Amino acid sequence: MENTAISVELRSFIARYYRADLLKEDDDIFAIGFVNSLFAMQLVLFMEKTFDIKIGSTDLDLNNFRSIRAMVQFIDRKSAEATSKD
Amino acid sequence: MISEEKLYQDDIVKRIKIFTKQEIFPYADSFDRDESIPKEIIEKIANNGYLSLIIPKQYGGTEINSLTYGLVHEEIGSACSSVRSLLTVHDMVAYAIKRWGNNEQKDRFLSKMAAGEIIGAFALSEPSIGSDAGKIQTTASLTARGYVINGHKKWISFGQIADLFLVFTRCDGMVAAILVERNTAGLTIIPIHGMLGLRGSMLAELKFEDCIVPEYNVLGRTGFGFSHIATSALTLGRYSVACGCVGIMKACLASCLQYTNERKQFGVQIKEHQLIREMITNMIVNTKAARFLCRNAGNLIENNDPDSLLEASIAKYFASSSAMKVASDTVQIHGANGCSSNYPVQRYLRDAKIMEIIEGSNQIQQLYIAKNIYQQFESLGDVA
Repeated sequence: MENTAISVELRSFIARYYRADLLKEDDDIFAIGFVNSLFAMQLVLFMEKTFDIKIGSTDLDLNNFRSIRAMVQFIDRKSAEATSKD
Repeated sequence: MISEEKLYQDDIVKRIKIFTKQEIFPYADSFDRDESIPKEIIEKIANNGYLSLIIPKQYGGTEINSLTYGLVHEEIGSACSSVRSLLTVHDMVAYAIKRWGNNEQKDRFLSKMAAGEIIGAFALSEPSIGSDAGKIQTTASLTARGYVINGHKKWISFGQIADLFLVFTRCDGMVAAILVERNTAGLTIIPIHGMLGLRGSMLAELKFEDCIVPEYNVLGRTGFGFSHIATSALTLGRYSVACGCVGIMKACLASCLQYTNERKQFGVQIKEHQLIREMITNMIVNTKAARFLCRNAGNLIENNDPDSLLEASIAKYFASSSAMKVASDTVQIHGANGCSSNYPVQRYLRDAKIMEIIEGSNQIQQLYIAKNIYQQFESLGDVA
């Protein structure tokens, strides 16, 4: 999936819970207050399901989830890892 | 045409029905009375594979799908909520290791958990911390010798017999989930007795006094203990409790149908009285509605859907509230007999009350459900 499409999907998911229309690619969603413990886990499930990746213990790094751009890069990296294993 | 998966599910449900009827229900009142599940019963549960339900096959588990898992918990819950609770807490720990553990942790624990050689227990609650779980006070400090844990956990189901505790601690201001084995120096286990319900679930307090565990026992990463590890395990726990509540309601209904057929008042079987029929109807509708919510949550959990968290909460809230009402009406229908130890319905009522409290009180579920829907409404201007 193209990075732009990943970004659109992520925005669409975040918009189910928060007014994300003004969210910039590099805005820190933790600093803005978008993330509570339940949303954090919902976000993991969404990313796994939508982008067909597996998020494990080594991926538990806030920097992977901090902004739209960070999430896009993380998903891109995980997808590449999965492809190289196939 | 019936799929292979459906046949497999039917076979598991058929086997658990037989096992429950022969090995659990006849003894459930004694587990309640003795406040204990005998070791030989737990061995039978393990030998039949019921402690391996969510563990991957590569570790000797059966890893059944989430819908079948719910059906198993409904069946066991219909006979004995304490036994169902054993599976719940054991599975929550196994799930956390499966989901967030590294390969070394999976290799170390999952095969033994599948075989029942290791029983897991989930250590989140503390004497002063229940619903406000993010504020836990048990601390873990990373030193050259490993994590040094100090603090006090309470109301830990199967803490009396568990071999492995998943302990939630505060570490550098963040929450860390740490695996602590029973024989670790500095861990003292104190049995709790005299509870209202789930009396066979062998509760304990855990006291940690300079309890040192290796650094590699931390599960996932510090800072993600509550948001990811506890939250995902609690979703499984809430689903299990919800399905167990459907089991309680099914048992209540069966008792009531039999009793109202046999008992006569005013010259007729009491099932002929309209007020009895009203209660029976409400039991049927509540049981079916709760079962539908459980099936919905089970489907979402199976598909790793983000909505599974909310729907598991909704199922747990509705099923446990309904079980309490249904069990209360069941005792009412049975009259004085229902209040005596000659009938299991008083046990169903006491167990149902606990269901409204465990795995997140129903008030916490209500707050979460409403908050989630308000968020969606404010963001999308609509609700699903």
